[in-house]
This record gives sequence, C-alpha cells and structure tokens, in this order.
Amino acid sequence: MRRPSEPTQPRETVEIACQVNGRPVRAAVPTHQTLLDLLRDDLNLTGAKRGCDVQVCGACTVLVDGLPVSACTYLAFEIDGKSVETCEGLAHDRTLHPIQRAFVDAGALQCGFCTPGMIMITKALLADYPQPSVDQIKEYLHGNICRCTGYKKIIEAIQRAATGTMDATEPSRGAR
Amino acid sequence: MLRPFRLHEPTTATEASGILATLGEEAHAYAGGTELLLAMKQGVLRFAHLVDIKPLGLSGIRFDEAARCLRIGATTTHRAVERSEIVARRFPLLVSMEQSLANVRVRAVGTVGGNLGFAEPHSDLATVLLLYNASVRIGGTSGQRTVGIADLFVDAYTTCLRQDELLLEIEVPELPAGGAADYRKFAFFERPSVGVGAVVVAAPDRTTVAEARIAVGCVGPKPERVAEAEAALAGVPMTGQRFSEAVRAAAHAVMHACAPADDLYGSATYKRHLAGVFVERTLAAACARIGAGGNG
Repeated sequence: MRRPSEPTQPRETVEIACQVNGRPVRAAVPTHQTLLDLLRDDLNLTGAKRGCDVQVCGACTVLVDGLPVSACTYLAFEIDGKSVETCEGLAHDRTLHPIQRAFVDAGALQCGFCTPGMIMITKALLADYPQPSVDQIKEYLHGNICRCTGYKKIIEAIQRAATGTMDATEPSRGAR
Repeated sequence: MLRPFRLHEPTTATEASGILATLGEEAHAYAGGTELLLAMKQGVLRFAHLVDIKPLGLSGIRFDEAARCLRIGATTTHRAVERSEIVARRFPLLVSMEQSLANVRVRAVGTVGGNLGFAEPHSDLATVLLLYNASVRIGGTSGQRTVGIADLFVDAYTTCLRQDELLLEIEVPELPAGGAADYRKFAFFERPSVGVGAVVVAAPDRTTVAEARIAVGCVGPKPERVAEAEAALAGVPMTGQRFSEAVRAAAHAVMHACAPADDLYGSATYKRHLAGVFVERTLAAACARIGAGGNG
C-alpha cells in the first residue's frame, strides 16, 4: 500500500481482479481499454453490443456492482474489485432468467441487437423499482434504442417480468 | 477509439493539483468520464495523462444547517443526487431535474463536478444551479477559492478553472422563505435545446413577488440569468393583470436576451419562441408551488 506522501507512479496497465457473471477474472488491462472491448474481445462475451459508441443507444448496457453503465464509454480498469453482470450471466444452464423468459413470451424482440441491453436495463430497473409504473419503465428505456420499433412489446415484457411468478430481481444462480 | 494515456492516482486533492500543474495541458482530471471519454474517443480532446480524482473523498451530500445550504461533493454522481432524501426534501427541483438528465446509465457514472467542469452548453444542472445562486469551491496548488456559479462559466466548454485547479464542492443555498422554483426544458432524446428555470419568492403577505430569478440555458454558449426579466417581476402582485403583464415582459426580456443558434434541434426563431413560452410556464408553476406551500 502506497503511503500518501509518496509520489504517484502513473500506470499504463492496471492489474484487475473482479467478478464477471459470478466468475473470478484477473487481467492486466491497458488504462485506455473500454469495458466493452474487454468483454467482447478478451472475455468473448459478445452479448453487449457496440451500437452508437456514445452512451446514447444502450446496446452495450451491463451492470457494474448492480448499476447500469454504458460499457462503450467506461474504462475497463474501473471494474477492479467490482462485480460485472452481462446478459450471458442471466440464464442458468438451459433455464432462462425470468426477464429473458418475459422478453420471449412477449415477443419483445425482432433483430435482437438491442435486446441484451434492454434486458440488462430491465434488471437495473427492477432492482430500483420492483413494481415499476409505465412512466418508470419509460424513464429507464429512454436510454435504450430499438430500431425495429418494438417498444410496446418491450414495455409489455418488462411488465410481465415485474409481475411474473418468479422474482425477476433475483440474479440467476449462473450470475452469482 | 481511445488513445493510450497514463493514469495517475493521487490520494489528496493537493497532490492531484500538483500533478496537473506539473504536466500542464497534457493532463486532465478524470472522474465519471461520461463527457471526457466521449471527447477523447472522438479525438476532440487528447490527453497523455488522466488524473483519477474519484478516490480523493470528494463525494457526498449533506445539508449544512449553519450555512443553510446543500453541500455536494464534486465527484458525487447524478444518481446519488437524484436518490438523496436530503435533496428530495429540501431541493425537490434538483431531483426532478436529475431524473430527466441524460439517461440512467450516464447518471449512474457521471458526476456533478464533471458536468459543471466540462461546461457543456446543454447542461440542465448549470441552469438550475444558477437559480439557486449556487457557488463552487475550487482547490489548486495555491489554496482554495470560492466562485459563484455564474462566474465559473466563461464560454462554451470553458470555465474559469486554472490548469491546476479542481472543483471540490458545490454549495447550493436554500431558497428564502416563501420561495419556489421550477425548470422546464425542450429536448429531443437526451440533448436539451432550450432550458428555462424560475424562482419566485413571495413577500411575507404572500400576495406580491419579493424576488424573481430567471435563468435560461442550452440556447447559448453558457447559461445566464436575465436581470431585466427578473426586474420586471419584482414587487408585482402575484395574480391579476399586472402579474400577467409582468410575466409577458419577462418572457420578452428572455427572448431578447438569449441568442440561440439554428441546429438540428430547432431553428433559432423556434428556440427563442420556446424560451418565451417556458418563462411563462415556469413562473406559473413556481407561483403555484408557493400557493401549495412548497419550496425549492
């Protein structure tokens, strides 16, 4: 541990130790690497998508310590000591997470590009508001864009997930 | 694509200022990164060094009973402000403004100090803080200073912060008794193109305007208070024809004072028109809140 009086040594690489979808990950990441690049290129987790690359479309939404972030504009070293959840961590074996199930049941996807982000923002929403109003759903979806214009079904899916018999806020065992 | 940079992790604000002073324009403070990293990815800004100021203990929200003001640490996230009980109880307008700021992901990561320090012209936060006569505490290698929020902004993307200086804290004074505030904006997706806020403070008799504050943001390079609009309302009865005339005069003053630009989010003429409409609506809403016994 560095004492406050010692000058800082600037770093170009940061050794991180974190949890990704419940599994321990250790890596040496360049300071300028984004979380999205780490997930997609190094960890082979391609659920989070690069859409707009400017934090507007939500296709890269993942959760860091339970909070939604745009992985495209979030530095990978920031996850050191934290827990990251991506869409891949939701299902357990062949059993879909209740939010995923609700999206399938409501037919809330067409091309599917936005879907992992939609599902992760739903997880964040239900953690904040387990029984969200339509306005609260829209507030969270405000930052997630679907170009197939499927919002009506997506809102329906979120309502199904919130009122479903299974607890949609509970992480699946695979995500622990 | 981000270019490589060196990450500095000071443990005190003084140490951070020292690094920024030594490295000069090659270095920049880094907190949430929601503005900075975007600009760096797009090549608009290039820094060989980033100084992480998140571990400096500058995050937190408290109400200072002695000074009757809210103190928000510079690295406090928008989400923390949005979900703060203290802020909800005493500064409800700050909460409703934060709830519609950018999107939920940006609010989870982006900081209040980053928003102000970046001086993005489309900042709802800056316009609302102007209404409250907020000020910022700034720290640098030669000590600390406090400046009013209006003086923080010099131009679009330009503040009065010197190379070695950091925003440490935002101080938001409580509204006077009998005061209420309101803010309205017009926005496509996440970028407000017009933002207008008003504070009305009723005189003790609750029938006349003791003080009015009107701020307009997002239309010009920096948010501004419009003194002529405020003067039009001072001392005017809060109902009846004289009030309506004063409101119209205030709206005209704002429309005259602001200098919108034509862009994809609306023509200058349209934005100016909206600014006038929003002055009328914010004043009506602020007065209604006073009637309901409301506050800031």
